[in-house]
Amino acid sequence: MAVHSERVQTQSPEPGKAVVASIETRAAGGGAKGSAPKGTRSADGPGLGSRLAPYLLLLPATVATIALLGWPLVKTVLLSFQNLNKRQLVLHLTEWNGFDNYKEQLTDPEFWSVTGRTVVFTLVNVVLIMVGGTLIGLLLNHLGKKMRLVLSIGLLMAWAMPVVAATTVYSWLFDQQWGVVNWVLDQLGWHSMADYNWMSDQYSTFFVVILLIVWQSVPFVAFNMYAGLTTIPRELYEAARMDGAGSFKIFGSVIFPSLKPFFLATTFLEIIWVFKAFTQVYAINAGGPEKLTRTLPVHAFLEGSSGQHYGVGSAIAVLTILMLGALMAYYFRIMIKQEDEL
Amino acid sequence: MRRSLFGRTWPNVIAVVLFVFFIFPVYWMVATAFKQNNDIISKTPVFIPFNGTFEHFTTAVNAPNFWTYVTNSLIATVGAVLASLVIATLAAFAIARMKFRGRKSFVLVVMIAQMAPWEVMTIAVYIISRDNGMLNSLVPLTFFYMMMVLPFTIWTLRSFIAAVPKELEESAMVDGCTRTQAFVKVIFPLLAPGLMSTSLFGFITAWNEFPLVLILNKEEGKTLPLWLSSFKTAFGNDWGATMAASTMFAIPVLILFVFLQRKAVGGLTDGAVKG
Repeated sequence: MAVHSERVQTQSPEPGKAVVASIETRAAGGGAKGSAPKGTRSADGPGLGSRLAPYLLLLPATVATIALLGWPLVKTVLLSFQNLNKRQLVLHLTEWNGFDNYKEQLTDPEFWSVTGRTVVFTLVNVVLIMVGGTLIGLLLNHLGKKMRLVLSIGLLMAWAMPVVAATTVYSWLFDQQWGVVNWVLDQLGWHSMADYNWMSDQYSTFFVVILLIVWQSVPFVAFNMYAGLTTIPRELYEAARMDGAGSFKIFGSVIFPSLKPFFLATTFLEIIWVFKAFTQVYAINAGGPEKLTRTLPVHAFLEGSSGQHYGVGSAIAVLTILMLGALMAYYFRIMIKQEDEL
Repeated sequence: MRRSLFGRTWPNVIAVVLFVFFIFPVYWMVATAFKQNNDIISKTPVFIPFNGTFEHFTTAVNAPNFWTYVTNSLIATVGAVLASLVIATLAAFAIARMKFRGRKSFVLVVMIAQMAPWEVMTIAVYIISRDNGMLNSLVPLTFFYMMMVLPFTIWTLRSFIAAVPKELEESAMVDGCTRTQAFVKVIFPLLAPGLMSTSLFGFITAWNEFPLVLILNKEEGKTLPLWLSSFKTAFGNDWGATMAASTMFAIPVLILFVFLQRKAVGGLTDGAVKG
């Protein structure tokens, strides 16, 4: 899954000091990096060979990216202009149908309700993840050594848990008959929950999915937040406290401004990541009940692959990619502004 | 700092509650895997499996094709990680150490590629693989997994290479090494921890991959995540076996992750610059 790579991508060589730290080290190391020592030439001299060298080194990566990433991307676009269902697939027919798939989708109320649902789903998740992660990060900074270690272990386990294993465990926790969650709710006096089928309702299915995603994503934010907090000089807190600032004031006037790049970058990463989350939504209840928990990626997959309307599925995919592209463009604008080095 | 007893206690209480919240599903997975069936299917949950059993692990391991899926997962994952390490090391060296036209654009492409929406590109990948007669094969899986971890690998190795002081390389070249020799003899050994942790992260990513294998491979071409997700269906309400399967799938990753966090923290060049 791409999930993990995204979630760890911001880690610098010193894991644990993630987003903020890496942005800073990158900026700091920037000066030295770009300026390859043109003066240090040895026997082979500065000829054509050494001018070509970087391109030769990049060649395999470039070829791989074009063939394995560029081509599927182009292919998705091409497929979205085709009438490609089971029949055409089996007979290897290519039937171009222009913008028909798009027209069909853009006038389909279901597409728009899936889109709206995906947006709300993303917002709810990201708000919970950011607020939860920030608070836990602050808590980590506040705790003594031993308790910090204990909490870190818990966070680490949730973060490291493979997504598919986690979804399986969550369906067991929320199992109708023998699930421990229903038992606890029953014990707490909510007896109607004793035999509740969580997968029978749109909202309760979403509840499980969101809990799962938040549970797995909060550790990343919390660790980064904590790492960022350790980079804030102690004097800043002390100065603020001398000025009589309370906890909220300190957060607003010291912590947030120092870590603003972190908040921006992480929020966007989480938005992009949740928006395209597939495994959790699909593996918990396959978009059910009655298609009511389909988000865009799941919708594209189910229409395209399971429904065998590959052209339609691709059109949904392209529309999803466009939305993600807009989010990513914004993210990169922020990132590039932050590090003029790149 | 002076605080009341209450002020000192509540963060710890919250920490314990949160610890339980985060660890519980993992614990419950492992605990259920070891429980007797009548402890799993019981009106009051058994929280600690005192009379444990390995029976569920036996069931999971003896499930049809289990070892095929393990082999599939290993081949696709290890192949992908090794290939991406080689390709990424070359590219990372170029962008970390060399100045050339197009460097910025390449870095930007890497950053974008890192966020590639694989989840919605699966249909295209399916059609491409089908047209090349490669459904139910490990070849496209290995290739695409390689591509999934490649940008991240380049990105991380780039910072690892950049972290090796340039002086080390330069002094090797002053001593008569060529650039290639300087890389192999000086930088490469220092990169070992970086290569290690990068490849482990890549391993975890590929090991967990689900959407692509879901559309590409069926029957004997499945990998472990796909097997696990269908396990529930195949074994119905045998939660013990399902949790045993989950545990076997998750434990390597959990161990790697903990190991990574501890191992990778050690400074890279702390010792190297001393001499």
